[in-house]
Amino acid sequence: MLADQYLPVLIMLLVAGAIVTIMVNAGRLLGPRNRTETKLDTFECGNESSGSAWGRFSVKFYLTAILFIVFDVEVVFMYPWALVFRDLGWFAMSSMSIFIGVLALGLVYEWRKGALEWE
Amino acid sequence: MLQQFLDSLIADGTLGGMPRDVAYLIGMLGAGALVVFGFVLNISGVTTFVERRVWARIQSRIGPNRVGPQGILQWLADGIKLLMKEEAIPFAADSALFKLAPFVVTVGFITAFVAVPFSSALVIADLNLGILYITSMTSLVVVGIMIAGWASNNKWSLIGGIRAAAQIVSYEIPAALSIFTVILITGTLSMQGIIQQQGWGPWDWFIFHSPFTFVGFFITFVSLLAEGNRTPFDLPEAESELVAGFVTEYSGARYLFFFLVEWGNLYVISAILVTLFLGGWQVPMIPGLAESPFWLNLTQAVTFIVKSYAGVITMMWIRATLPRVRVDQLMSTCWKYLLPIAFVNFMGTALWVLIWPEGFRFAELALTLLGFSMVVYFFYRVVFHLRRSGAELTFSPLS
Repeated sequence: MLADQYLPVLIMLLVAGAIVTIMVNAGRLLGPRNRTETKLDTFECGNESSGSAWGRFSVKFYLTAILFIVFDVEVVFMYPWALVFRDLGWFAMSSMSIFIGVLALGLVYEWRKGALEWE
Repeated sequence: MLQQFLDSLIADGTLGGMPRDVAYLIGMLGAGALVVFGFVLNISGVTTFVERRVWARIQSRIGPNRVGPQGILQWLADGIKLLMKEEAIPFAADSALFKLAPFVVTVGFITAFVAVPFSSALVIADLNLGILYITSMTSLVVVGIMIAGWASNNKWSLIGGIRAAAQIVSYEIPAALSIFTVILITGTLSMQGIIQQQGWGPWDWFIFHSPFTFVGFFITFVSLLAEGNRTPFDLPEAESELVAGFVTEYSGARYLFFFLVEWGNLYVISAILVTLFLGGWQVPMIPGLAESPFWLNLTQAVTFIVKSYAGVITMMWIRATLPRVRVDQLMSTCWKYLLPIAFVNFMGTALWVLIWPEGFRFAELALTLLGFSMVVYFFYRVVFHLRRSGAELTFSPLS
């Protein structure tokens, strides 16, 4: 049953892959091929390109990623909870209040620590 | 339906001695390709054309009107032009990842369409995970964007890619929390299940179900705009600072796919909003309509597409109106405003559902009235300002 329901996903995955393959290859056949040193150089607004981009970048992006993991894992836990919420009633409500309370405390802590400041 | 058709073909002997499973597989692949070429690719193409025309009207220009009647085939010409262009992969790039990125992006976009319902019967598969499936599939796009940004080995691309990642993962959280306001009411994740619990009238839509879902709708809208990299949140490809962001080094057919996905995603975003909050394909039960499945599904599909396209046009309008935000503003909007509001909303909806499990009629009607008076007041102000500026009030979109 599960396989029946999700078979179309697999089919669409194959179709999507096929379309990209076909169009990219069509582009290769239809387009000109005239490679030059400057054309295949890294684009830096016309200046001589200098160095690789694979270096260090701002630590703030890592911080955002960590914050995201904390909150997104919580969100994943909420999906099954939300589905059975009507059956469990006030018990679900009280347990989720504690859960959200802890999470909100974490958010307040991050806020006070300055983790949410971008500058 | 497809199965019956294939069975009849096998019974006729048209397919020769082909094994049943192979016939099914080929039939389904064919149907999938038909859906993609018949609808998915066209909707993103047509959207690019409509967007250019809408912007042109907003900015007092004419816009593309040469290819086909009123320029309606412009998108096809653009696509063919891009296919005829030379493709360049920079020396410095990681060529395997560079080639992989368009695949990831396109797969994330096209597979999301599997669960988008167009009418009560017209859906590729009504998955039981529905909305969770769609949000996770659209998140695949950011993986592709990050791969593209990293693999290009270009500073603009890298900044664009990591900006996209930071922005999209941040806005994922308020979006998910606001989607929960609907899941709490319905108790199901299936897209069809969510629509079936709404009615055709605005007072039966989930946006007007309680004050919390009303706010939740706007949070979802803003978050999905940010996830779709749309102005005012289009920092990943901010033309004025990052050249073209993560697509700087892309050209030809591979470039085409990034744009296909970006414009196609507008439709997916609208479809999510319409399904969750705006009543989906629900139509009033006119006597006689229910007896004819064809006309019923046609009306439903037209309703759904018109509603979603209204959402798409709203997003174009926002793009033509608002300037781009700064990165720090973008992040503080998400973490300091949307996230706390979304938390309050979430708990508020839970309480509301416990107190009024069947919904609270008075609140629904009052919110509907509020929503409509907001729209009416908005148009009144628009007309007022146009009159005051002495503009001529004419309406002819094709002029």
